[in-house]
Amino acid sequence: MAPVRAYLDHAATSPMPEPVLEAYTAALRTVGNPASTHAHGQSASESLESARERIASALGCDSAELSLTSGGTESINLALKGMFWARRRHGAGPVLLVPEGEHHATIEAAEWLHDTQGADLRWLHIDHQGVLHPEVLASAIERAGASNVALVSFLWANNEVGSVQPVQALARAARSAGVPVHIDAVSALGQVPIDFRASGASALSVSAHKIGGPVGVGALVLGRDASADPLFHGGSQQRARSGTQNVAGAVGFAAALDWAGLATPEPTLETAADRHAHMGDLRDRLIAGLREVVPDAVLRGAAPGQGRLPGNAHFTFPECQGDSLVFLLDAAGISASVGSACQAGVAEVSHVLLAMGVPEEEAIGSLRFTLGPDSTAAEVDALLAALPDAVARARRAGLS
Amino acid sequence: MKILAAMSGGVDSAVAAARAVEAGHEVVGVHLALSRMPGTLRTGSRGCCTIEDSMDARRAANLLGIPFYVWDFSERFKEDVVDDFVAEYAAGRTPNPCLRCNEKIKFQALLDKAIALGFEAVATGHYATLLDTPTGRELHRASAWAKDQSYVLGVLTEEQLAHCYFPLGDTPSKQLIRREAEERGLQVAQKPDSHDICFIPDGDTRGWLSGHLERTPGEIVDETGEVVGTHDGANGYTVGQRRGLQLGTPAADGQPRYVLSIRPVSNQVVVGSKDRLAIGRIAGGRYSFTGAPGFDLEVPFTCEVQIRAHADPVPATAALRKIHESDRTEHHRADATHEIVVEIDLVHAEPLLGVAPGQSAVLYIGTRVLGQFTIDRTEAAETMSTVASTLAV
Repeated sequence: MAPVRAYLDHAATSPMPEPVLEAYTAALRTVGNPASTHAHGQSASESLESARERIASALGCDSAELSLTSGGTESINLALKGMFWARRRHGAGPVLLVPEGEHHATIEAAEWLHDTQGADLRWLHIDHQGVLHPEVLASAIERAGASNVALVSFLWANNEVGSVQPVQALARAARSAGVPVHIDAVSALGQVPIDFRASGASALSVSAHKIGGPVGVGALVLGRDASADPLFHGGSQQRARSGTQNVAGAVGFAAALDWAGLATPEPTLETAADRHAHMGDLRDRLIAGLREVVPDAVLRGAAPGQGRLPGNAHFTFPECQGDSLVFLLDAAGISASVGSACQAGVAEVSHVLLAMGVPEEEAIGSLRFTLGPDSTAAEVDALLAALPDAVARARRAGLS
Repeated sequence: MKILAAMSGGVDSAVAAARAVEAGHEVVGVHLALSRMPGTLRTGSRGCCTIEDSMDARRAANLLGIPFYVWDFSERFKEDVVDDFVAEYAAGRTPNPCLRCNEKIKFQALLDKAIALGFEAVATGHYATLLDTPTGRELHRASAWAKDQSYVLGVLTEEQLAHCYFPLGDTPSKQLIRREAEERGLQVAQKPDSHDICFIPDGDTRGWLSGHLERTPGEIVDETGEVVGTHDGANGYTVGQRRGLQLGTPAADGQPRYVLSIRPVSNQVVVGSKDRLAIGRIAGGRYSFTGAPGFDLEVPFTCEVQIRAHADPVPATAALRKIHESDRTEHHRADATHEIVVEIDLVHAEPLLGVAPGQSAVLYIGTRVLGQFTIDRTEAAETMSTVASTLAV
């Protein structure tokens, strides 16, 4: 009797398509530790390394540069902490440059480095759309003195409001000063083309479950010229990362990249571009429809187009609390998010919106809708049908 | 009915939610995040609302098959409960934060939000009974005296009670509730009850207060005004306290002395012998009723008064009285024009011992909660025997 549910929270996690599930479970049915030298081990190693090649190809790096991890958070921690430690050991200064509005994995890791590892953490301002400007980065590096800067880290695209950063210009600004760059591409993968080599970054983090792969699988691309001290010490199974390698996870990740049109031997870029365009069209339908039924809702982040993730729509609703809206939509069969991180199930006011200059009383009433390649017009229409009543009720419930 | 079940992570609220589901209502569970910095693990049985408690509530909701949310009321809680707690102590009174939380948070902030979002009632695990009679809804004690929590609900008004749901009032013992929880498969069946103040998890109220209040040294005086010692902060003392008094001069009769009252204006702590602690009359200007009393409150009426959650009720006579300006003292609430005056029936009962202004006095008629008031002032039973009752029936 429950209404058909609309899933509009792909940024939180995405459904696993059938071919990916098949590849993943098929790999789970085999046994062998890829580090073992016997036939079982060699077979597992073959699966693992084939998957690694496909993942590397999809990301635009060499297999030797790709370390598989337990997910985006581990990758980001390994990059920030590992690269900071390595840079310090090689004589670089302690400055760590991070824009406001980053994901909590970056923020918490950076603050920990500051609190306990002697990092001189400096926050860079983002503009009202959540974008870091290359001039801001360049002048921050200059102010610090290039040799004093250990690392720069920024999002390829903001996971809350979807704004895409000027990645190449930012990386160039840092590189030309001899400063390595780590890019958090977790929310960008599957939405915009990612090419590690072309980006100019020294390191790049991604996560499988954002594109239909398994949870608990991610990767850190670490360029040949970069180095990172490990977080996990042990059998040194991978560069900068120890632990039995997750063969099935890698196979699942590769299958998800295939499915997204990113990892086939001859990448079918049309397929990926098609997907992006489909998501963009649907998202634009959502935005247009929403503006009609709730005219005073405000779209946050960059305008739809090249500067914004195609699946992302983020709005603030005046005089409403985000958690009331989420609850009411949930009761109406729509799964959406307030967009900001949760502490024990309670949504905090988005630090991203605050960094963008949105006043707190407006930032409180935020909703993020994120689509995937298989999202349908029916889901968007269900949202539009449920919104007016939800907003009216949430307004009545107020900001208490 | 669409019911919002407030779930603390404890066994009472879990069973209450379960009963609401079983009664056929559409139930949604909510855990209130009241702390700005919740602890991760529950430490013993004091305090409440750690992340572990939140997860216990979540798992109970999962078991019952109901949706579950965590709502943040920490800002309101800080203003209405915690700040009020500090302000009352600063004013020389002893507050009851649990009552304040029921009054302002659970059955106001939460209830208002619930109604706006389409719910008809808030359910909790409080042990109390709601009776719908021809003259309106009434709040009554739970069927089991020992577990009755109607005292902390005495502050609720008719409008609030119209949207309450207390399914546990008929169960005579905690053991039975725990057994029911176990039978239902609830993990929290044997979880210890939390007591004391939820935002002071280690139970050290004095220590907590010293971090929130300035302590200004002052005099300890007896009832004649003679200085008998010094204190290092009046808000560290509570009526009835005996320990911790630094008295230079022993009492003339050699008997131990107790804190009788705190005078915030002069920053004095008044001490005296134990029999001066015995209270015969209490009054307060901040009052509420749970519904229409059905009689004229200005005419003295017999009732029972209870001044603590776990105290026995005491027979008394009460009335609503206008405050005459000539009678006004520093203990009267400045903004009150009337007060409820209660005289203990000293023929049939012992006087109340150690009554602190700021405590709530809940009035009962039989098992029915009539209403409550915050105690502003007290008079010793000794004094009363020499002064004619103002409430002669």
